[in-house]
Amino acid sequence: MFSNNDSIGKTFFVVIALCLVCAILVATAAVQLRPKQVENKLLDSQKNVLAVTGLLAEGNIKELYTKHIQERLVDLNTGEFVDMAPESYDYRRAMKAPETSIKLEGADDMASIKSRANIAPVYFAYNEGVESGKLSAIVLPVHGYGLWSTMHAFLALDKDGNTIKGINYYEQGETAGLGGEVQNPKWTAQFVGKKLLDESGAPAIKVMKPGNANPASPYEVDGLSGATLTAKGVQNTFDFWAGAKGFAPFLTKVRDGALNNG
Amino acid sequence: MEHYISLFVRAVFIENLALAFFLGMCTFIAVSKQVKTAFSLGIAVTFVLALSVPVNNLVFHNLLAPGALAWAGFPDTDLSFLGFITYIGVIAALVQIVEMFLDKYVPALYNALGIFLPLITVNCAIFGAVAFMVERDYNFGESVVFGLGSGIGWTLAITLMAAVSEKLKYADMPAGVRGLGSRFIMVGLMGLGFMSFSGVSL
Amino acid sequence: MASAKEIKTVLFGPIFANNPIALQVLGICSALAVTTKMEKALVMGIALTVVTAFSNLFISLIRNHIPSSVRIIVQMTIIASLVIVVDQVLKAFAYNVAKELSVFVGLIITNCIVMGRAEAYAMKTGPGMSFLDGIGNGLGYSVLLLIVAFIRELFGSGTLFGVEILPLVSAGGWYQPMGMMLIAPSAFIIIGLLIWILRTFRPEQVEKA
Repeated sequence: MFSNNDSIGKTFFVVIALCLVCAILVATAAVQLRPKQVENKLLDSQKNVLAVTGLLAEGNIKELYTKHIQERLVDLNTGEFVDMAPESYDYRRAMKAPETSIKLEGADDMASIKSRANIAPVYFAYNEGVESGKLSAIVLPVHGYGLWSTMHAFLALDKDGNTIKGINYYEQGETAGLGGEVQNPKWTAQFVGKKLLDESGAPAIKVMKPGNANPASPYEVDGLSGATLTAKGVQNTFDFWAGAKGFAPFLTKVRDGALNNG
Repeated sequence: MEHYISLFVRAVFIENLALAFFLGMCTFIAVSKQVKTAFSLGIAVTFVLALSVPVNNLVFHNLLAPGALAWAGFPDTDLSFLGFITYIGVIAALVQIVEMFLDKYVPALYNALGIFLPLITVNCAIFGAVAFMVERDYNFGESVVFGLGSGIGWTLAITLMAAVSEKLKYADMPAGVRGLGSRFIMVGLMGLGFMSFSGVSL
Repeated sequence: MASAKEIKTVLFGPIFANNPIALQVLGICSALAVTTKMEKALVMGIALTVVTAFSNLFISLIRNHIPSSVRIIVQMTIIASLVIVVDQVLKAFAYNVAKELSVFVGLIITNCIVMGRAEAYAMKTGPGMSFLDGIGNGLGYSVLLLIVAFIRELFGSGTLFGVEILPLVSAGGWYQPMGMMLIAPSAFIIIGLLIWILRTFRPEQVEKA
């Protein structure tokens, strides 16, 4: 058809044909795999919520999740529940979009997250199944900046809204083996039983230098050796999310018994 | 303002593309034998980085990001899967434009950078910086600072490397480690040095 | 079809005798940041092998029709499309690893091995051999990644593929992990030493002073 590879006609022909083929290939892959990716993401998040409450077991994660976990949305400013379907709410997007978040600056932004969504999801875990009505844990999503990355975690509290039942860092980009140890179950285990807030209701968790924490103290935990700044990030995350701009209004409501009739 | 300075310092020292993320190492190791050429390459990379990171930022936020096409009447479209191919296209186009522009208006600089410019398209530092910009969700202002900062950081790293290489020419090393081997080890040691910046925050 | 011997050279040559990372300094950009764990390195190696093999195959198939003026961009488009497909597949079927690899899968696009093989081999050779050449070079890259990851994960975390090999002191064992193995620069030092070893056994690769 074309005698010369470098003629304008041939060049255009090759480029356009190539674009078409590649476009079809890429678009097909993306569209075909999208549902599976979305499902993976959801499953991953559900798995992490189950893991932090200790409900994760072999078997179908989706079934376990619907059986044990109830998801609600909370207005962080007032601490009230919001009537909205949690499935359709994109927390990650909301925390960045200016119209659904508040900007944090200076001393307010201790966890270095720049902005905070107005509405956050919380998860209620029922060991005996949702319909039993016996609440066993409240799971809060928290995040804060460590040394390299924003670290995302689920924090499980007892139904008193104060005693920590577990914490699960499920997404972080800290130095593997040093700061990355925030994910280590052995490290996170020491949070269990500690109190999130002191008697006056102020954030109280103290991440100490490794080896300096007093195990008898209800607030102190050991830091990570070789990862001072990651540990500091964890400290900041607790300070922020247990504080007034974080879940404090909601937790106050929880302690006042909002869950009994909610 | 403070925020931008902090980001800049991070990009130059703490998260140095070359020494903390190993990006752009191919050219890094192949070229950095002479301080002068290394520095020229660094300038070229900085130039392209400072342009391509913000441009890709605009492209991402206005065309590719989920919901970005709302202005065109497609609020539900999510084209972010096209990211990689778009970034590389934008980078290649920019490099080409810079090359033509320099050739026509600044021939002296063009001659100095000449052979490096085409190579820059496939320099992982550029692509890596763009990918990091998207992953870390920088806004336009931040992307300008980040692009410029990482370019300067990269230049700094490659120039330092070249300086060490120049001196190493006179070292009497075991045959096996000569050249490539010693250069890898040297980069490793320099990376260790740069790690002492980690955690510096303004 | 090429002789069996030729196939063998093309396929296995790049693994030791002509390893693309150790010899031609190709593709180390993305190579090292993913070597803290064997699992990550393995997935990265497979991803790169697939991309190199198929980009070689496709480019070789149309090599007689590529106008030289748009050669690079044609190769780039093919490679980028393949990388996107691989990235999408990883996100769908290996979600956890894909999350950890983050931008480094994308960096395969700018990996010099892929471009280098496309330009140096696939543009001149038939599809079958090009495909094998892609696999060979991909394997060479994977082997080196896995060796580095083996050293880093074993001595840095006391595990291999996440399975405990050396019980750590912090878990009541005896092994005090070497934190330095886990930080980025150690990968470079390890590669430098590997090159040294490789060249001690193959003196013909030593650079002239």
